[in-house]
Amino acid sequence: MEVVISVLVGALVAAAVYLMLSRDLLRFLLGLILISNAANLSIFVAGRLTTGAPPLIAEGQDFPADQVANALPQALVLTAIVIGFGLFAFTLVLTLKAYKRLGTLDTSEMRIAEPRDE
Amino acid sequence: MKSDAAHEAPAKAGQVLSGWLSVAIAAGLFAGFWQALGPVGGGEVLRWSRDWVPSAGISLSFLIDGLSLTFALLITGIGALVMLYSTKYLAGHPHFARFFLYLTLFMASMLGLVLADNLITLFVFWELTSITSYLLIGFTHTSAASRRSALQALLVTGAGGLALLAGMILLGDAAGTYELSEIRLMGDAIREHGLYLPILILFLIGAFTKSAQIPFHFWLPNAMAAPTPVSAYLHSATMVKAGVYLMARIHPTLAETDVWLWTLTIAGASTAVFASFMALKQTDLKQVLAYTTLMALGTLTLFLAADVGYAITAAMTFLIVHSLYKAALFLIAGIIDHETGTREVSKLGGLARFMPVTTAAAALAALSMAGFPPFLGFIGKELKYAGALAVQSEPFLVASAVLLANALMLAVAGVVAFKPFWRGQSATPMTPHEAPWRMLAGPVILAALGALLGIMPDLIAVPLVEPGVKAISNAELQPAELKLWAGVNLPLILSGITIAGGVALYLVHERLRDWLQSAGERAPSFDKGWDSLIDQFKAGAAWQTRVLQSGVMRRYVYTIFATLLIAVGGTLVWTGAFGGIPTVPFADLQMKHWAVVALIIAGAAVTTVTNSRIAAITGLGAVGIGVALIFIIFGAPDVAITQLLVETLVVVLFAVAALRLPLMKPEDGFPNRKLDALIATTIGLIVTAILVTVTDGPIDRRLSDFFESASWTEAFGRNIVNVILVDFRALDTFGEIAVVAVAGVAAWALLKGGKEASK
Amino acid sequence: MNSIILRAGARLLVAILLVFSVFMLLRGHNVPGGGFIGGLLGAVGFIVYAISCGTAEAREALRYPPENIALVGLGASLLSGLVSMVFGDDPFTGQWLFLGATEDDKGLPLSTVLIFDIGVYLVVMGAILALVFALEEEV
Repeated sequence: MEVVISVLVGALVAAAVYLMLSRDLLRFLLGLILISNAANLSIFVAGRLTTGAPPLIAEGQDFPADQVANALPQALVLTAIVIGFGLFAFTLVLTLKAYKRLGTLDTSEMRIAEPRDE
Repeated sequence: MKSDAAHEAPAKAGQVLSGWLSVAIAAGLFAGFWQALGPVGGGEVLRWSRDWVPSAGISLSFLIDGLSLTFALLITGIGALVMLYSTKYLAGHPHFARFFLYLTLFMASMLGLVLADNLITLFVFWELTSITSYLLIGFTHTSAASRRSALQALLVTGAGGLALLAGMILLGDAAGTYELSEIRLMGDAIREHGLYLPILILFLIGAFTKSAQIPFHFWLPNAMAAPTPVSAYLHSATMVKAGVYLMARIHPTLAETDVWLWTLTIAGASTAVFASFMALKQTDLKQVLAYTTLMALGTLTLFLAADVGYAITAAMTFLIVHSLYKAALFLIAGIIDHETGTREVSKLGGLARFMPVTTAAAALAALSMAGFPPFLGFIGKELKYAGALAVQSEPFLVASAVLLANALMLAVAGVVAFKPFWRGQSATPMTPHEAPWRMLAGPVILAALGALLGIMPDLIAVPLVEPGVKAISNAELQPAELKLWAGVNLPLILSGITIAGGVALYLVHERLRDWLQSAGERAPSFDKGWDSLIDQFKAGAAWQTRVLQSGVMRRYVYTIFATLLIAVGGTLVWTGAFGGIPTVPFADLQMKHWAVVALIIAGAAVTTVTNSRIAAITGLGAVGIGVALIFIIFGAPDVAITQLLVETLVVVLFAVAALRLPLMKPEDGFPNRKLDALIATTIGLIVTAILVTVTDGPIDRRLSDFFESASWTEAFGRNIVNVILVDFRALDTFGEIAVVAVAGVAAWALLKGGKEASK
Repeated sequence: MNSIILRAGARLLVAILLVFSVFMLLRGHNVPGGGFIGGLLGAVGFIVYAISCGTAEAREALRYPPENIALVGLGASLLSGLVSMVFGDDPFTGQWLFLGATEDDKGLPLSTVLIFDIGVYLVVMGAILALVFALEEEV
């Protein structure tokens, strides 16, 4: 199963990189969301996949049942999702501000910090 | 050159206080160190230590032996006199208090440097002296020349400091300790060690930059841009001797090899001779003195090269002699500048009538510098000759260099302390008059000490010079005796030659100066070389900034992904870690798996190719839900819920914000971006290859096993993921929510702040 | 969106979402849930409210500025982590108090870990709401 998810992550990354290489900030943002998803999935798959056994300890037991999913990558991914969202939201606000200030979303036109003719 | 002269304005009470407070601190410290004269003279070594970073073997340890006590007394004694002098010299200066703050800070750093018994502690103080020196050279910060000189001094000594740090770490590694008092006993082991040569080179770079040895000498004359008391104190009597101190301190550990002997001999001799000629070339009093300081530093280095009692005694004695007369002469140069308005030798003459006390002090200091009996300078000179004749390298060569330098020094003494006071008439901008007592105290006391100690050399021989020589040589060498009359011997004959040669040089010095100046114009200048080095450095920085910081976001993204492609992909191919194309277990794939994969691929495809924002958001939603489904299928309900909620928020935010943004342009589509597509596909393949390689290998489940077993029994939680988040790895989680909070508050501030500004 | 049905429904929905978010927060230590999920749910609740009734009303319903809520949460988490140092443990070591514990039953468990999770809840909800409210007011 890991192989399938690996291929899926690769496809997501390819789509994300293609979008991030665009001059359009909006497309870049779309790529950013996709690559966050891909990153989360890759952490998840690196911890190996276990079907249908969440890492919970049943009532009355001291330890989980024999084969539960790896809890560590889940904890990592959980925070990564929230942080990824924070990053996306902040970038979105920046994009919005940039558009209001500069009137364009074309990154090759945004040259205030480093003017073209140096 | 009126820049650092006094600004006449009434001084504020707080400023006056700051000046006198500094004087009191310095004088108090001097008195404190004075108490140590007895024990140290009796052969005792005082040590004080406290742990600082015990895990790295770094401690705040300090040690008082003959060497450090000599330095400490010079630093505090001359410091007190220079500060007293400055209270008048800089009276009414707008940054009066700041000056005294810097000066006191410097004194503290310099004391730390010479007292430190731990390499790292020593280094910290070493850097602090560089920084305070920077602040003091650039004290007249409105002058571009001052700023340049300050920066030059900082960069040269700072670069040396970095080399020194590397050397210290290597030495600490080789010796297994950073404590100097332990390292000094390991000389033989260190000299045999494979790292000896790198350690030596790095230490000498540090020492040579600080003590301005050729080819790092050029910053010192420029440092004369500092106010004159600073030149007297830092760039003559104390800080520039830090390099000499270091060489002396590390002498038991690193000396006694041919590399040490010859490197120091050549650097010291060439610096001494070169600087003597350069001193004769100058017409500005401070520049003359600056080059004689270089000469002194060269001579000290020259003597530290050797490993014989006479040479080391000569170094210790000359160290004290030089500090006394040179500080006095610098202060006198400051008086002349202050009272006449110029430091140009050619404009000065006949000042003896107007300033008798200054004249007397100058004469005493100059006679000591020239090495006439019965001054301490004479003893120093005799010892230098005795030491030069005793060195193991080339006694004849060393003695000739010392002879030449001494003769030139005598001529320079005439230029500095004879001509301005006796010969001719002055044509100065201001009518000269005698300086006030606070400015006279320093030069008079220091010059008088030169005479007094010449007559009674035992005053310093027993408590300072002899323990100092023992400290430098690890008590293996017998210090030479300090006496005025040692009978008719070779050093005395050489002294006679020196005096005759020096007087002759003084008589022709004006013609010699013209010749040197015309020769100097043709010679390559280190100072100009420095400028072009800095210019090239800046041009290099500008070039790489233009390349890397192009200002076009696409290029940044290209750079990032191209690096990924080459570094990671290259490594995969290079190491052969990738195990080949894996087989896909189609048999295991169920309907739901196919559905999820199809959903995600379709969503990603739509997002990538569409020009419609609504379609793109829909595609994103599909991908997000697909990913959440994967989490559910593979036993991660917490993650799945989080993913779904975040996905909802993403869609909401996009709906709120992105629809206010302009449409995506169709010309940004695939036909124009074939290269991008190629890069993207390759990176996708690499990521897949990495993941396949990773998941194909073994997994280390130690942490997961621990969490599973401890979750309920120790942390009382049945949801292992949550227990990891809030208990086992709570510190990480705290960092993460801090990031979330910052992102939220920053975005809020960005939106709200912009509104405030436009109002 | 000025629809009476939506507005009436939204109030109910928000109430349910908020109660549910606290429920998810508190049960998180033993079954799926926790501060992150609870915080996200709470944020979604208020965002629904803001969309249907306007940001101003949503801010009023929230009572406190969301950015303050986030910072208070961050402070609470930090303090809960530092409590353990009073007892001589490393920072962020959980401290537990079992109210009414007997031989068989652990009673009502109270812990610094719970306070930490409540902090997470507040940070996530506050930060997201600060951003979303500002964004909605901006456009």
